[in-house]
Amino acid sequence: RSCILVSIGGKNIMLDCGMHMGYNDDRRFPDFSYITQNGRLTDFLDCVIISHFHLDHCGALPFMSEMVGYDGPIYMTHPTKAICPILLEDFRKITVDKKGETNFFTSQMIKDCMKKVVPLNLHQTVQVDDELEIKAYYAGHVLGAAMVHIKVGSESVVYTGDYNMTPDRHLGAAWIDKCRPDILISESTYATTIRDSKRCRERDFLKKVHESIERGGKVLIPVFALGRAQELCILLETFWERMNLKAPIYFSTGLTEKANHYYKLFITWTNQKIRKTFVQRNMFEFKHIKAFDRSYADNPGPMVVFATPGMLHAGQSLQIFKKWAGNEKNMVIMPGYCVQGTIGHKILNGQRKLEMEGRSTLDVKLQVEYMSFSAHADAKGIMQLIRMAEPRNMLLVHGEAVKMEFLKGKIEQEFSIDCYMPANGETVTVTTNPSVPVDISLNLLKREMALGGPLPDPKKPRTMHGTLIMKENSLKLVSSEQALKELGLNEHQLRFTCRVQLQDPHSDTDTLHRIYTHLKSVLKGYTIQHLPDGTVMVESIVIKVSSSTEDPNTKVLLLSWSYQFGSDLYCLKRGFFF
Amino acid sequence: MKLYCLSGHPTLPCNVLKFKSTTIMLDCGLDTTSVLNFLPLPLVHSPRLSKLPGWVSKDGTLNLEKELKECAGRVFVDSQPEFCLPEKELLDLSTIDVILISNYHCMMALPYITEHTGFTGTVYATEPTLQIGRLLMEELVNFMERVPKAQSATCWKNKEIQRMLPGPLKDAVDVWTWKRSYSMQEVNSALSKVQLVGYSQKVELFGAVQVSPLSSGYSLGSSNWIIQSHHEKVSYVSGSSLLTTHPQPMDQSSLKNSDVLILTGLTQMPTANPDGMLGEFCSNLAMTIRAGGNVLVPCYSSGVIYDLLECLYQFIESANLGTTPFYFISPVANSSLEFSQIFAEWLCHNKQSKVYLPEPPFPHAELIQTNKLKHYPSIHGDFSSEFRQPCVVFTGHPSLRFGDVVHFMELWGKSSLNTIIFTEPDFSYLDALAPYQPLAMKCVYCPIDTRLNFHQVSKLLKEVQPLHVVCPEQYTQPPLTQSHRSDLMLELQPPPMPYRRCSVLNLPFRRRYERVYIMPELANSLVPSEIKPGISLATVSAVLHSKDNKHTLQSVPKPPPVPPSKKRKRVIEEPPVVLAPKPLLSGAVPLEAFLATLQKHGITEVKVEETADGHILHLQAEDTLIQLEEDGTHIVCDNNEPLVEGQDFPNHSNI
Repeated sequence: RSCILVSIGGKNIMLDCGMHMGYNDDRRFPDFSYITQNGRLTDFLDCVIISHFHLDHCGALPFMSEMVGYDGPIYMTHPTKAICPILLEDFRKITVDKKGETNFFTSQMIKDCMKKVVPLNLHQTVQVDDELEIKAYYAGHVLGAAMVHIKVGSESVVYTGDYNMTPDRHLGAAWIDKCRPDILISESTYATTIRDSKRCRERDFLKKVHESIERGGKVLIPVFALGRAQELCILLETFWERMNLKAPIYFSTGLTEKANHYYKLFITWTNQKIRKTFVQRNMFEFKHIKAFDRSYADNPGPMVVFATPGMLHAGQSLQIFKKWAGNEKNMVIMPGYCVQGTIGHKILNGQRKLEMEGRSTLDVKLQVEYMSFSAHADAKGIMQLIRMAEPRNMLLVHGEAVKMEFLKGKIEQEFSIDCYMPANGETVTVTTNPSVPVDISLNLLKREMALGGPLPDPKKPRTMHGTLIMKENSLKLVSSEQALKELGLNEHQLRFTCRVQLQDPHSDTDTLHRIYTHLKSVLKGYTIQHLPDGTVMVESIVIKVSSSTEDPNTKVLLLSWSYQFGSDLYCLKRGFFF
Repeated sequence: MKLYCLSGHPTLPCNVLKFKSTTIMLDCGLDTTSVLNFLPLPLVHSPRLSKLPGWVSKDGTLNLEKELKECAGRVFVDSQPEFCLPEKELLDLSTIDVILISNYHCMMALPYITEHTGFTGTVYATEPTLQIGRLLMEELVNFMERVPKAQSATCWKNKEIQRMLPGPLKDAVDVWTWKRSYSMQEVNSALSKVQLVGYSQKVELFGAVQVSPLSSGYSLGSSNWIIQSHHEKVSYVSGSSLLTTHPQPMDQSSLKNSDVLILTGLTQMPTANPDGMLGEFCSNLAMTIRAGGNVLVPCYSSGVIYDLLECLYQFIESANLGTTPFYFISPVANSSLEFSQIFAEWLCHNKQSKVYLPEPPFPHAELIQTNKLKHYPSIHGDFSSEFRQPCVVFTGHPSLRFGDVVHFMELWGKSSLNTIIFTEPDFSYLDALAPYQPLAMKCVYCPIDTRLNFHQVSKLLKEVQPLHVVCPEQYTQPPLTQSHRSDLMLELQPPPMPYRRCSVLNLPFRRRYERVYIMPELANSLVPSEIKPGISLATVSAVLHSKDNKHTLQSVPKPPPVPPSKKRKRVIEEPPVVLAPKPLLSGAVPLEAFLATLQKHGITEVKVEETADGHILHLQAEDTLIQLEEDGTHIVCDNNEPLVEGQDFPNHSNI
């Protein structure tokens, strides 16, 4: 489950507002008392951003906005805005109407909550207020999934939500530009896995389904109505067509057609191939896949059924599972990750006797298969994203601690950046080092660039002098002369002159020349000039020589420097050990 | 900053902006009005057109009967139609860094600019603009290539000959630069240079300039552009609409505070109200059908047609037209209808909420489903067998010079039962009809142009308050035919800067400041002091780094420590100390307070001498002279350590 609070440049942003599917009590919602003990969240949050429509990312949204209380903007993409309320309503029905639970949000609350949603387009820079801006990138995890770049001043954070770096049968790959955020917050569901090629997994899946059908078994594929289901439908549809199979494929709940319709209308969010060919043939119009009716579950003969929800924790998939569990010819394929505590998680762990509500037990005889089709980035994908975005710090969330530890080591080794992995309820503080934007007068800049020559010399950096004027909220850097002029002030010259006596029998000009050549040989890398008016300049320090009136062999050295460039003296000090 | 104007057509602009070392082309409109000088391209052999007499000058000295044909007193060129391209000689097109496209009508010249000119830049457009623009180009190429014409007329272009021709051919300008249509290959190559952008996306160009498209409300994905640096802002307004049709509403507030606003693409029909025209369209359509005639609507295959179909969807039942077939004929008809349904993000709020249900945003989906609207790629094939009359046909091209519309003109032109209804404002309907005269068919002109009118634009400009406005010269005077209508022009203070084809304008712009970033280390070392209430100063000595047009200031690096060498044991150098920059001094030193400070430091033997400019202080014990003057202080001493540090100067502004 995801729910992250980011404080950046004085702004508080909530990233996702997910629900834990494994719990049936208060623990299923995030603990908002971390933000405030009493009252509404509106005063504490500048905005809420939802990355995609999975309930572990948006399930607690109506609870947060309507029951705890939040009236500020909630950002999500158009497909998420369209699909999210349907899943929420679906989930509400299962928990409240079937299980009879109270203290849950109502239909009206979902509607009220969705009124606070501001739709977000890909790559659109949304100015939440004068300082806070957000930008969404394609994440490829499910239809409408997005990563967000959050920026305040020169500090920035990227939150990936769930993402996928390899294009699949219906979605494209995640992409982000080299935005160099201070922190990259990445999911790490598959932190240790480097998954084998997609083709192999697809072949495996088809082989298992095919074998089961051949021996007359029934195949149950618990899925969420939107997302993986469409990918697997496209896969089976093409397989059925190629193999000319006759066994029926069903898709449970009325959501099917509606869900496919969403894919048709949001075709710009799918992958390139589907987008290119949609005018000729829309991939989401299936020929072999038909709507499921409850009575079909008892029909004899083989069949494939996609049923919701995906973790076998409630609803139709659980009902069908109960019916078919007793027959070893049947098969259940879990195409995604299951949260601890769900039946899906239990059977995947090899549990063969399940305790059901009402103290009855259920013997699980059917074959249980796990196929990782859920579109998360694997270790390779996460590293790839880091390379794309070049963050200064990394923060791993949404994964298991042991696996995250491994990935953290790898990231720190390969990119030498700090990597954090906070547990739920933990706070991580990352210090950033922002630079200060200032307006420089074009005259000063141009003069400086002209002096600096076309290519900078790393050995001899030129020092630029200017004056910074701080007035109200503006910072202006101008030349000192301009600053004085702008503020109506007269410059006050402060010069120091120092007389040094030394014994030298040569003439004045010779002495000066000897000093010049000496300094020239000792002070490498400084500007030393012998000027025609009989002076030597070391950086900004003027040296003059005159003979003493009493003794022509006693020379008086006049060193003169201005207060501003007092630091030039230090170079001269180095030079005068003759 | 300069603006090069490559097109004189106010609604099909093509301008180039040079701004901060970037060269940005704004739109790439193709002036297609030139095709009106050409003979229509019939899809099937037309005996009428082929029998038109050739043109011979009155005195018989000039005989161009192979190239020029006469019809109802007008002379037409018998050749493949040609377009008037943006000016190519005004500047080197290969130096263009980026092209910003505002809507799909304004990108039709793109292949002429990006191909065969050495162009290596990037084109920026929104996704609907690219997709629908591609369809329109595909359609244009298809229209031309379907009926290849072997002959290419060039003699008439000879200056000496053109001078002798009757108008409007005589007055056509730059005929030598007119070009035939591009090929599909060139279209594909040109469009492969397009990079997609979303509304309000900020695109950095070379770190120097940021460009960003804003919703303009005119068509699917249409945009105005903001071109700005940290201190300067240019707004480019092209084809905008405040009417609620299908696209997302116009974003006006982001145009505020522009230094320069370039205004193009106002309505071409300032006196025609779009709603009224739509009403007239429907009633004329119903009247013709009821009388048993056919209705021909020459139109582009995207844009207003979506609104027309939506209007008809509501109108059909009430007007009892339920059984009348509606046909949409274009090589891209199907694609255009399908594409319109998938751009939810770019639609107005009402249509967006439909998608959430999920339902198709445009009702033409239902018209197709119920078989009321049928679409065909051309008049050949299925259409010829399924076609029933009386019917309504939407087809292109609105110039009536090529496309399937030519066939329907030949077919229906002779019957007064039929009606042609012009809805596109790009062509004068009389000129469009000229090669079909004499005509019996009824003509109704209800141009629908949803772009800003003068009233709306002056209100907009009052709100967004640009410092300067640049616009085509046509907008600075009333239209020729209505010279008394002073409300049909822009009246602004200061007056707008007009441009015409080939103008080069120097935009009134003074850049004074540039953004520079002070690195944290340096920022920490600065010592600001308040010299006036609310104003603080700090002297900065730093190293300037400029990379990718981004400037940063870093602390002056410490010289690297000299590696300890065994040979030079005498080296007793102190490690060089880099001091914080000394403050800048201003004002004068008050003598009394200065003496008091000296006393505080134990210096009591001071001889004060008055001079013309100030005072000379002689510190006898220290053998030091201090010259105090209005704008300077000079301290002369004998030993190495200066006596007083500047910080001790009383009442002295340390900057």
